[in-house]
Amino acid sequence: MAQITADNHGLRLVVRYTVLGLIALMFVFPLVFMLMSSLKPDAQLLSDTRSLRAFLPVGDISLDNYFDAFRRAPVGLFIFNSVVVTGITVVLSLMVCSAAAFAFVFVDWRGRELVLTLILATLIVPFETIAIPLLLIASKLPWLGLDGLSYGWLNSYQVQIIPFVADGLTIFLFVQYFKDLPGELIEAARVEGASWWQVYRRIVMPLAGPVLATAAILKFLAMYNQYLWPLMVVQEETYRPVMVGLQYFFQLNRAWGEIMAYLSLITVPVLAFYLFLQRAFIASIASTGVKG
Amino acid sequence: MKSLSLLAASLAFASAMSSAAFAQTTLTMWYHGAGNEVESNIINQIISDFNASQSDWVVEIESFPQAAYNDSVVAGALAGNLPDILDVDGPVMPNWAWSGYMQPLQIDEAKIANYLPGTKGVWNGELYSIGLWDAAISLVTRQSYLDELGLRVPTLEQPWTGEEFMDALAKAKASGKFDHALDLGTAWTGEWYPYAFSPFLQSFGGDIIDRSTYTTAEGVLNGEAAVEFGTWWQGLFTEGYAQATQDPADRDNGFNSGKYAFSWNGNWAALGTLDAYEDVLFLPAPDFGNGPKIGAASWQFGVAATSEHPDGASAFIEFALQDKYLADFSNGIGLIPATASAAALTENYEEGGPLAVFFGLSEAQALVRPVTPGYVVAAKVFEKALADIANGADVQDTLDSAVDEIDADISKNDNYGF
Repeated sequence: MAQITADNHGLRLVVRYTVLGLIALMFVFPLVFMLMSSLKPDAQLLSDTRSLRAFLPVGDISLDNYFDAFRRAPVGLFIFNSVVVTGITVVLSLMVCSAAAFAFVFVDWRGRELVLTLILATLIVPFETIAIPLLLIASKLPWLGLDGLSYGWLNSYQVQIIPFVADGLTIFLFVQYFKDLPGELIEAARVEGASWWQVYRRIVMPLAGPVLATAAILKFLAMYNQYLWPLMVVQEETYRPVMVGLQYFFQLNRAWGEIMAYLSLITVPVLAFYLFLQRAFIASIASTGVKG
Repeated sequence: MKSLSLLAASLAFASAMSSAAFAQTTLTMWYHGAGNEVESNIINQIISDFNASQSDWVVEIESFPQAAYNDSVVAGALAGNLPDILDVDGPVMPNWAWSGYMQPLQIDEAKIANYLPGTKGVWNGELYSIGLWDAAISLVTRQSYLDELGLRVPTLEQPWTGEEFMDALAKAKASGKFDHALDLGTAWTGEWYPYAFSPFLQSFGGDIIDRSTYTTAEGVLNGEAAVEFGTWWQGLFTEGYAQATQDPADRDNGFNSGKYAFSWNGNWAALGTLDAYEDVLFLPAPDFGNGPKIGAASWQFGVAATSEHPDGASAFIEFALQDKYLADFSNGIGLIPATASAAALTENYEEGGPLAVFFGLSEAQALVRPVTPGYVVAAKVFEKALADIANGADVQDTLDSAVDEIDADISKNDNYGF
């Protein structure tokens, strides 16, 4: 039997980190390419694509593409809109979906299995199939705003938020996580006289950090990348999100440098959000494989 | 008493003035040019001039990015939320008119009598849309390449025959000087395929849809001429003259950096090429037996069917049909002005101008894509068929399948009213 010696242990570490480093580079390369290209004029950007120069800040480097991107489109407005829509949807979704999952897992009521099955069944329905009926409904719904009662939600923030607050995937994530929580905790609290609201708020949710992070990240990505729905319901520039804004840069003669600058700018909120939650997210992913 | 009368008169005057101001009716307009600063400036200038020119109407614009525009209009139509004025891509217009999104224009047609044919959106015998410009395609090359390869310069009167064109490609390939002889722009997907490549099919004698009935593609898209076209098309790739799959960077910059001997490209890219070389030639399409053809019809203005003020909307469109605006658009975004008189006002299309050849191409070779609501589906089927053939699919089988798909769509939609 081979012995683990200091020598081959070191060799293994080198091999392991080399492989991991290469895999990491594969994932990082597109981001580096995007950032480096955003600093180059179009002609240089295109000529650099067939060499390693594409990943290096060499040649005629400047921030011109960023200034041009801001001139071409209201980039700040688009990012603001996406952050508002995504942020509010994520917060509401975590509240509503966790409460729904709590009711499915811990509260005994007739028909809950059937209702849960129906909700999970929505996971196999692509959004495109319900987009048009949803559009017809949204275009006629009443809304009580600062200007009083109005009809039709088109060209608003709420039309981009409310239809996505509750969804099958987020409820499913919470249900799976809640099922693994020790039932004795809930029973003990109930015996002590805690209400369902108190159990939800003081016992279950404080233990739900990892699943909250996972659900938040998945929801954030889904909402931040929204394209089809805002395209259908938002005709005014004032409410357009980043992905629709990306189309401003795809003209007949494409401004690749500006496209890369815009992509770099809109990637910042996503990276910041992920870095903020990554520890809990990884804990959640790791815990899904551990059954106790 | 006198002061009271003066006060009453003042109030009456103020009231009359304010009601005159309120009498202005707002017309909403959707436009596809968001993200194009030059285009936006020109359209905003036209709107500003129109609003200042009269006191009945005020036009307010909402711009959309072009890639998202058609879907936004369809969604707006479904939600009952269309504007008064919209712009529409020429080949899509019949579909929108048939779908009930648009109504006929109420403009003096004498004003557009001398417009290029591709700028007039006529459906069912009525004018639904009118364009301030057209676009055209040419075979781009350099005089020095033709000299080196020993090729004559084709003209509008005497374009290359199919044999001459293939001979040119063969010589370019044999020279070993280029990565590929021909840049077809296969990196561009979508409408580019039917716009750029269906004229080849038409020059062979086929078509996407049978224009005599508009109820079938049988015989025109899979008949003898179409199969001959398909075999020729496939040969471009199997012989290595062109790439079935192309890097978008090569499409944007390949010809200008010497990778191709010829480029099949639109007038919108011409200024960049003129910057790259001093001896650029914009050649007419080759003639494969039924005359040289290029596509026609670009973006045009129309009135939404739901508009309660079609008179005002048409008044705005008629206002925009001034040579100075046609020239502004042409100077700004490089497109072909709709009239010869406007062309004379432009930097590029005036007689002897660097792009004047495109005006001649539009006049002499342009053929609008099939004027039918079914075009939007047929165009996608045609694109897929061409991509499949380019990648080695059997020509006859692929064209037969395309015909079946197009005919099934026409049948499903009750022949689109034909």
